[in-house]
Amino acid sequence: MYLAKIKVTYKPSVLDPQGEVIKSALHRLDYETVEQVIQGKYFEVRLSADSLAAANGLVESMTEALLINQNTETYNYTVEEVEA
Amino acid sequence: MKSVVVRFPGSNCDEDMFYALQELGLNPSFVSAQSDISLADYDAIFLPGGFSYGDYLRTGAIARFSPIMQAVQAAADNGQLVVGICNGFQILTESGLLPGQLMMNEVPGFICDETLLQVEQAESAFTNAYTTDEILIPVAHADGRYYADEQTLADLESNHQIVFKYTSNLNGSEDMIAGITNKQGNVLGMMPHPERAVDPLIGNTDGQNFFKSILATVATQGVN
Repeated sequence: MYLAKIKVTYKPSVLDPQGEVIKSALHRLDYETVEQVIQGKYFEVRLSADSLAAANGLVESMTEALLINQNTETYNYTVEEVEA
Repeated sequence: MKSVVVRFPGSNCDEDMFYALQELGLNPSFVSAQSDISLADYDAIFLPGGFSYGDYLRTGAIARFSPIMQAVQAAADNGQLVVGICNGFQILTESGLLPGQLMMNEVPGFICDETLLQVEQAESAFTNAYTTDEILIPVAHADGRYYADEQTLADLESNHQIVFKYTSNLNGSEDMIAGITNKQGNVLGMMPHPERAVDPLIGNTDGQNFFKSILATVATQGVN
C-alpha cells in the first residue's frame, strides 16, 4: 500500500483571490510582516501498486486527469510505502 | 427543431431553461447526465446552471466525466449546437470543449444581479436575432472570472470567438469576457442567464433573442 500526498497551487501568474483576502485579514491582525499568502489544495490518496515507480506514475496520471486544471494549477507530490 | 436540457445532479436552472425553450418554441426535453445515450437527434443541447456534483474539487470538474458528456462531445464534433450557461459553461471549459477556465470572482463572493452585456458578434449562431448591441441579462455566480493565457485570449479575439463582454468589470474576467464560442462557432458558453429574461412578467425580455437566434440558425442549417 502506498500513501500519496499531493499539493496543488495556482501557477504564479494566476490571481488567488482567497490568498489575497487572507493576507488582508492577517494584516488586520497586526501580522504586518506577511508579504504573501497562497491558498492551495492538499490531497492524501491511498492506493495499491506493484512498485513505488508504478505508484508515482498512477499519482501523476490521476492528478493531471482530475485533481488539477492544467490551465491554472500546478502540483507536487510525495509517495511513501505504508502498511496496508 | 428539437432541443434537450441535460440534468446533472445539482443542476438548478434546468426548469428555467426548459421553460424558456418551451415558451420560445425550441421543443425541449430533458435527459439525465447519467444516461449513456446518443444526442444525435437534437439540434441544440443545453447544459444548465447550478452546482453539478456540488461543484466539489472545481466547478464542472466532476460533471465533465458524466456518461452523457461523451454524447455531448460527439454532438459538438458533429456541428450540432451546444450551449452551456453558468455551471454549463464551467463544465464545457473543464471538458475542453471550450478553452480557458472559470475561476473565483476577483472579489470573492456570489454576485446576483442584472448586468449589461455587449454583443460582440452580431452574426453568431446565438446572437443573429439581436437588433441592439447592448442587452441586459441576469448574472448569478461566485466562480465566473474567465481566465485564459495570453495566446488563447489572442486566438479568441482573432477568431471572433468572444460573443459577449461585460460593459464594466463585473468579476475580474480577462478582457471582460462573458461568453465565448469554440473555433467552429457551434459551442457556446456564457456566465449570464438569458433563460431568466424571457417572460414579460419578469420585466426583462432581453434573453428572448438569444433563443430566437438559435431557432433561426437551426432553421437555416436544418439538422432535423
